[in-house]
Amino acid sequence: MLCTRIIPVLTIKDGRMIKTIQFDVYRDVGDPVTTAKYYDSQDVDELVLLDITATQDGRDPDWRTLEAFANECMMPITMGGGVRSVDHVRKMLRIGGDKVALNSSAVEDPSLLARAAGAFGAQCIVLAIDVRATASGYRVCTHGGERATNLSPVDWAVRASELGAGEIILTSIDRDGTMAGYDLELLKQVTSAVDVPVVAVGGVGTLHDIVDGFTQGGAHALGCSSIFHFTDNKPVKANAFAAVSGMHVRHV
Amino acid sequence: MTTRPIEVALIDYGLGNLRSVAKMLATIGAKATITSDPDVVRRADKVVLPGVGAFPKARANLQELNLIEVLEEVVIKRGKAYLGICLGMQLLATESFEGERTAGFGWIPGRVQALAKGPGLRVPHMGWNDISIKRKSELFTDFHGRPTFYFTHTYNLLCEDQRDVVATTNYGGSFAAAVQKDNIFGTQFHPEKSQTHGRILMENFCQWRG
Repeated sequence: MLCTRIIPVLTIKDGRMIKTIQFDVYRDVGDPVTTAKYYDSQDVDELVLLDITATQDGRDPDWRTLEAFANECMMPITMGGGVRSVDHVRKMLRIGGDKVALNSSAVEDPSLLARAAGAFGAQCIVLAIDVRATASGYRVCTHGGERATNLSPVDWAVRASELGAGEIILTSIDRDGTMAGYDLELLKQVTSAVDVPVVAVGGVGTLHDIVDGFTQGGAHALGCSSIFHFTDNKPVKANAFAAVSGMHVRHV
Repeated sequence: MTTRPIEVALIDYGLGNLRSVAKMLATIGAKATITSDPDVVRRADKVVLPGVGAFPKARANLQELNLIEVLEEVVIKRGKAYLGICLGMQLLATESFEGERTAGFGWIPGRVQALAKGPGLRVPHMGWNDISIKRKSELFTDFHGRPTFYFTHTYNLLCEDQRDVVATTNYGGSFAAAVQKDNIFGTQFHPEKSQTHGRILMENFCQWRG
């Protein structure tokens, strides 16, 4: 039986591991390579590693840091941030990424999803969606949350999965770094609309939040960040808690 | 006496997560060379074809690099051990229906088809799943029970001869998780990403003497 994954979501900026609050307030949480070794020692299910300012800065992904990180890891890694072309996807897969996340560039040119999936298969093409709640409902944002679009996350997720995205990383900007729990309403809307797996991101502060994301939000993988950076909870503890809460997770 | 490290040709055909596989091979002391050079493939002790890619594109790239004949020569005629990972396993089939109908190597009779979607069943099949070992294979020496491995795929290999299937997994039905026919091995999952279990499996492959 397929296990539900618990996935540390790590973000880098200027060669450092950082953690944001609502995509702002950049807090340094350490050296990427040291962090990679730590998570490797924990045998985590998978990792997401995003260069979060590449698109805003209008530059290529930080290949050197991404590669140095991947060199320390034996688990599957989804890499992303600043991916603008099929060549970028190829390069990320070559330096140690197993899946590649597209975000702003896919909103600008949705055909990129189809071209990337055509070359590498949908199973390694991931769509990252950053969402803000607005007066007119949930809206997709790009460029590290700086630019709002009129896209609804549900519509975008459905369209992207038809084009070739094999997985969706759904991040609530409003919950990012707040440790107030996932935006379960957002999660429910998207997980019930698409038939590809959805990774929930943004808001986990307690181990109960992880379970809620699964049981109430319907997520297929639970992304965690602040809880591992700033509390005494570790991935192994999260897995153990999920298991006793009735989730089918991997026994490391 | 020190023994020479096992030399593995890791086939580079423009797709595939080569670095991950090379890293795993390095941790078990094998010497992996990422290559598309026929002579390097001929000289190597073993061949690994990693797979992250779409079937028709993979076939076209391998053909363009003249690697299909080279693989035929070293694996079929000379009996070198071959490990196909994910797409590398699917390429063993007679044909694939991913996108367009495309011929495979035809080394393991069968066809590659899309995983069935169903209620509550997401495709791709993505994440850690346990496998059931169906028959004795050197690939699974030292494995007991139902080990978990990392899968990420949208298509699967349906074997004609069930004797070729050494392990199955279950996701909306049972299908081949690993195959073996003589010196030809394939895993639908990614041993290079499956931590301890993956390392043991890769070690088993490297130590296989036929």
